[in-house]
Amino acid sequence: MELFKLTIHELHEKLVSKEISAKELAQSVFSRIDDVEERVKSYITVTRDVALAKADEIDKKIAGGERIGPLAGIPTAIKDVMNTEGIRTTCGSKILDNYIPVYTSTAVKNLLEEGIVMTGKTNMDEFAMGSSTENSGFFVTHNPWDLERVPGGSSGGSASVVAADEAIFSLGSDTGGSIRQPAALCGIVGMKPTYGLVSRFGLIAFASSLDQIGPFTKDVTDCAIVLNHLIGHDINDSTSVKIDKPDYTKALVNDLNGIKIGVPKELMAEGIDSKIKAVIENSLKLLEANGAVVAETSLPNIEHSLSAYYIIAPAEASSNLARFDGVRYGYRVPDAVDLIDMYMRTRAEGFGDEVKRRIMLGTYALSAGYYDAYYGQAQKVRTLIIDDFNRAFTDYDVLVSPTTPTTAFKIGEKVDDPLKMYLSDICTIPVNLAGLPGISVPCGTVDGLPVGLQVIGKTLGEEMMLRVAYSFEQSFGWSEKPKL
Amino acid sequence: MAISEKDVKHVAWLARLALSDAEVEKFAKQLDVILEHAGKIAELDTKDVQPTAHAIPLKNVLREDKVGRCLAPEVALANAPHQEDQAFVVPRIV
Repeated sequence: MELFKLTIHELHEKLVSKEISAKELAQSVFSRIDDVEERVKSYITVTRDVALAKADEIDKKIAGGERIGPLAGIPTAIKDVMNTEGIRTTCGSKILDNYIPVYTSTAVKNLLEEGIVMTGKTNMDEFAMGSSTENSGFFVTHNPWDLERVPGGSSGGSASVVAADEAIFSLGSDTGGSIRQPAALCGIVGMKPTYGLVSRFGLIAFASSLDQIGPFTKDVTDCAIVLNHLIGHDINDSTSVKIDKPDYTKALVNDLNGIKIGVPKELMAEGIDSKIKAVIENSLKLLEANGAVVAETSLPNIEHSLSAYYIIAPAEASSNLARFDGVRYGYRVPDAVDLIDMYMRTRAEGFGDEVKRRIMLGTYALSAGYYDAYYGQAQKVRTLIIDDFNRAFTDYDVLVSPTTPTTAFKIGEKVDDPLKMYLSDICTIPVNLAGLPGISVPCGTVDGLPVGLQVIGKTLGEEMMLRVAYSFEQSFGWSEKPKL
Repeated sequence: MAISEKDVKHVAWLARLALSDAEVEKFAKQLDVILEHAGKIAELDTKDVQPTAHAIPLKNVLREDKVGRCLAPEVALANAPHQEDQAFVVPRIV
């Protein structure tokens, strides 16, 4: 049996009933990695020995009659943006090529305590800045559906790893769409929780008011299972919210009777590929057939999201990335004549072009004389966008849209045109600006490439969002896999 | 033009990034296109709009003031490019 193809909930049953062992499962996933990794290139680091040792540990627990949780023994890949103690963490950057963290991020720690078997760290756009994983300081990841195309980004490795069955699920981070966009382009489920639901402690910061960790899974049920164990208040992250932890699997109800779904017309307008629009229209009909009331709505200020985002995110990044200075960790030029020379050349050699662009954009937007016109104005526009969402949510339980304006593009196609690359996130960025939860579920294909349906929930409205995503998934019955 | 080559040089200095002349020229062009696009929000009327720094309203997040665990000096220094006597060593400053 090809165990690597199964979901968390299917594998958990087999582990508990002792039909399979955690070690067999881990070996199955590593043999899959051996088969396809050379073509897909999802992983920066594979942690085979650590994984097999952990699988043994889980097997002993099962043999000893201990009860195991739903994630115990499940092979899991982690985006290389999250610190893992003793395991190289590069953030996709040459500047952290040799960095071995001395602590583990809270999100990863939460899952390790649940018994996940970590398979490795996945490739990403450097410092999570990008939409194609082409900005990785190491190599390009390929989309399992078409190896000449990008997997999306910035969590491209975490998306391709699940689509190619090189892990059962994975974690990514989403600042402007970096989970949902690659999930859509790779034909899997990807979810960004409400800002603050998952601790950011140990997540290498890009834009602190926007970053959020979330799962990539093969179905919505797995997404709910992972979310149950990912969330929680953390004393080490003052922005993490204090709530009673819900059981998100209870929200997985296949019924949309009376649920009101709004479709923002601005996210179905020009700029969205007409074939994608047709797939989304079909998805809306399925939602209606399942009992939902679907109607068009409007978010009039959403057209300014991209502008606001490309001021706010780089501004925060320019400040966050000041820490990479060659003093405490990471790369340092060997022959600096003085401190300033060391800073200037360490950062010039350590960072790639996109990171330099964003640092400069942010520095410019925050600099004397430009602050009010750029950063101050962008923060006000952010308020206008939040107000738009609040108005829409007085009438609707969730909003839906395409996740991306196009399917996966060719490697190299947008790499020389930053603005064109940025436009691939127009449907996902507004959700980060408003701090809302969003999920992408597969809803069809265009010319053999997957399309994602984005469901946007209210603040902390994960349960309703998951219910809609689950109901859609059940009635749509997606089972296509890339041929590798 | 939203940004000149002179501006790029100044910003790169502020951000401590050494750039070659060719890079200054390339980045000036690219940043100009991006700022041209992003700068459109300047036209919006936001006279009575409050700025948002964080989407989730939080203020005065406090915790009990007690000593927690911290890294041992050798652990904190484990990734240092250059260290000596429990300190980070850097090149000459002045």
